[in-house]
Amino acid sequence: MDALDVSRWQFGITTVYHFIFVPLTIGLAPLIAVMQTLWVITKKDHWYRLTKFFGKLFLINFALGVATGIVQEFQFGMNWSEYSRFVGDVFGAPLALEGLVAFFLESTFLGLWIFGWGRLPKLVHLATIWLVAIGVNASAYFIIAANSFMQHPVGARFNPETGRAELTSIWELLTNNTALAAFPHAVAGAFLTSGTFVAGVAGWWMVRNVRRGEIDLARTMFRPAARIGMLVIVIAGLGLVYTGDVQGKLMFEQQPMKMASAESLCHSGTDPAFSVLTIGTHNNCDSVTHLIEVPGVLSWLAEGKFSGVELKGVVDLQKEYNEKFGPGDYRPNLFVTYWSFRTMIGLSAGSGLLALVGLWMTRGRRVVHQRWFGWLSLLAIPTPFLANSAGWVFTEMGRQPWVVAPNPTGVDQIRLMVSQGVSDHPTSTVVISLVTFTVIYAGLGAVWFGLIRRYVIAGPLEHDAHPPGDDESDADSDAPSQLSFAY
Amino acid sequence: MGIHEAWFVVIAFLFLGYFVLEGFDFGVGMLMPILGRGAGSEKRRRVVLNTIGPVWDGNEVWLITALGALFAAFPEWYATLLSGFYLPFLVLIVSLILRVCAIEYRGKIDDPVWRARCDAGIGIGSWIPAVLWGVVLANLIRGVAVDSDKQVTGGLLDLFSPYALLGGLTTALLFALHGAVFIALKTADEVRVDAGKLAVSLAVPAVVVTGAWALWTQLAYGKGWTWIALGLVLAALAIALPLARAGREGWAFGATAAAVASLVVLVFGSMFPNVLPSTIDSAFDLTIHNASSSAYTLRIMSWAALFTAPVVIGYQAWTYWVFRQRISMAHIPPPIGLRTR
Repeated sequence: MDALDVSRWQFGITTVYHFIFVPLTIGLAPLIAVMQTLWVITKKDHWYRLTKFFGKLFLINFALGVATGIVQEFQFGMNWSEYSRFVGDVFGAPLALEGLVAFFLESTFLGLWIFGWGRLPKLVHLATIWLVAIGVNASAYFIIAANSFMQHPVGARFNPETGRAELTSIWELLTNNTALAAFPHAVAGAFLTSGTFVAGVAGWWMVRNVRRGEIDLARTMFRPAARIGMLVIVIAGLGLVYTGDVQGKLMFEQQPMKMASAESLCHSGTDPAFSVLTIGTHNNCDSVTHLIEVPGVLSWLAEGKFSGVELKGVVDLQKEYNEKFGPGDYRPNLFVTYWSFRTMIGLSAGSGLLALVGLWMTRGRRVVHQRWFGWLSLLAIPTPFLANSAGWVFTEMGRQPWVVAPNPTGVDQIRLMVSQGVSDHPTSTVVISLVTFTVIYAGLGAVWFGLIRRYVIAGPLEHDAHPPGDDESDADSDAPSQLSFAY
Repeated sequence: MGIHEAWFVVIAFLFLGYFVLEGFDFGVGMLMPILGRGAGSEKRRRVVLNTIGPVWDGNEVWLITALGALFAAFPEWYATLLSGFYLPFLVLIVSLILRVCAIEYRGKIDDPVWRARCDAGIGIGSWIPAVLWGVVLANLIRGVAVDSDKQVTGGLLDLFSPYALLGGLTTALLFALHGAVFIALKTADEVRVDAGKLAVSLAVPAVVVTGAWALWTQLAYGKGWTWIALGLVLAALAIALPLARAGREGWAFGATAAAVASLVVLVFGSMFPNVLPSTIDSAFDLTIHNASSSAYTLRIMSWAALFTAPVVIGYQAWTYWVFRQRISMAHIPPPIGLRTR
């Protein structure tokens, strides 16, 4: 392995790791804001308890999201300095905007939310969590706009004097069709994650409470929470299908190599069949045997009609790129793209199953007592996390060997191979950072999982049973009242 | 003033905000074990830690935004600096990661071993950046072996010259002092008294070391006008001592904040118009002109900064106002973390 491979592994590991925590943060902040809003409106204590319960889990997750995010802000310059030089003029802008607009908002107002219970007026305190929810989603928008430039560069020109890409229109960059499709897709994925998390945890607690004979608690607290989660799953699921379809059609047009390899479509042809299962040595396209195929689907995915669609295959695209960009291997890892695409779609079924079964079983005013439903709730929780990872692995590894993929209708010189973007470091240096991050992340990941697990099992805690009494206890330093929260 | 100069000032301002705000955060983390000794040590530690409870995360974003702005406005500077100082930044990142998790997770489990480990994480995550930032700043002024391709050559040890090490000692002492004064400002009862005493005893070494490094910087790299910044650093530190001794913590904190801010002005002023000088040949220096983005990007970013920065500063200031109350041991609620099995 040389520094390039190690750098790729490092960026892959650190971003996949970051994106374990990110979707839960993005999706859970608005759900907690909804729970707190329901408490403020209905004044029912169980909404307060749910807000505190999921709030604790949110904060455990938020910490690791922040910790793993810090790395990314440094890593472009540390490991990908040539890439940073080439696109910094364009790529830096959304990153700076993300800091100015989103990171300040979420971090500052999260501090106010955590420590502001009983100190801020109720409505102001409610506004803080809504601002956090807006902040986390805004940050997703900016970083996805930055990523979309790498997939489909727009709004920039190539300056031959400096050999760099230069921004010509921030508006075009921020309304990149790739970004406008990828952002709602990622957000829908995040809501699916948080919906599944809330439905899974609350569903498991509902069964547990019923079996303990605390049916009232199950009915007033966990049933509504689980149903909110399930409703979010359904809406997010529909959103995912729709935005995924839009994104797929864009990819067929703008990044044909990515889609051809995702379908293990070797040779160009009219109306090729959609492949569900293949065996063979994937990275030799022609050795793959297609076991199950469905006709028509691929044409519909690509252009929204069932026949008369001309699609390019990997082999032909490779020839085309060779002529256009010179000799080289322009194919991504076909095995990874093929299976990550199917994993992403297949695993989303876990959330869907929980939502449909759960909504049916809790219809009317029913609560669920079956033990298997408790297991289903728990088992569904990891599936959207894995689907998110698979989706990003597909997106990112599908654009290999490019770090800035050429835009077929854009400026041809704005393209960069991954091998041209990497910093010039000795392999040993990069191995040190790869090992360091991997070890630290593994340790912290274990701590995170242990804490989440223990706090889920502990359930809503006794000291959070009732909201803090009055909000005007501020400023009486003569008789110090205890802080409602302290580290 | 041209747009390149303006963006150099913006970057300097973002780092200034970061060092003034995180300076006392680091100081709090550095001094928590020292101030948290003796009777009721756990409660004392929590008083100290909670002085920065609601604000430390927002303070840290100043760094993230400074890096984002650096990337946007001076991509060559960003790329050369981060790839050239690879291992120091790796250590810095790891310590920041540990600090984030240690602060957030400390109270989650009610167990002395757990807390001790988190305290270690907070300590490491505060001491190491406090030293390393000084080392990085010193090298930014002094320059490193940048070759004609804007690559930093030369080994890791080149980054740890006597000048850089003194820079690291300077920021560590200065942040410790800044933190001690901040703790005294934000606490009541005996923690306040002890923090005040600690500030007084830190003040003399801080003045000596900071003065030495600042003078070295001024004599070797300074300009005519940076004598003013140097004077302000020393004057601010000099008045911080009697103010801290007199228990005038608000004014003392203003003084240490001014000292940190003036030092950042001295650092960036000495650097200007270079952003990373080359020790190989001054023709290879990175300057605000050859390291910057295009005029369009700078203009767009100027509008963005002009509209967002005042809002950010406004709500961050409001947060400090909301949590202005002094914290005493009596304010600290009993631990609510889960018990060990």
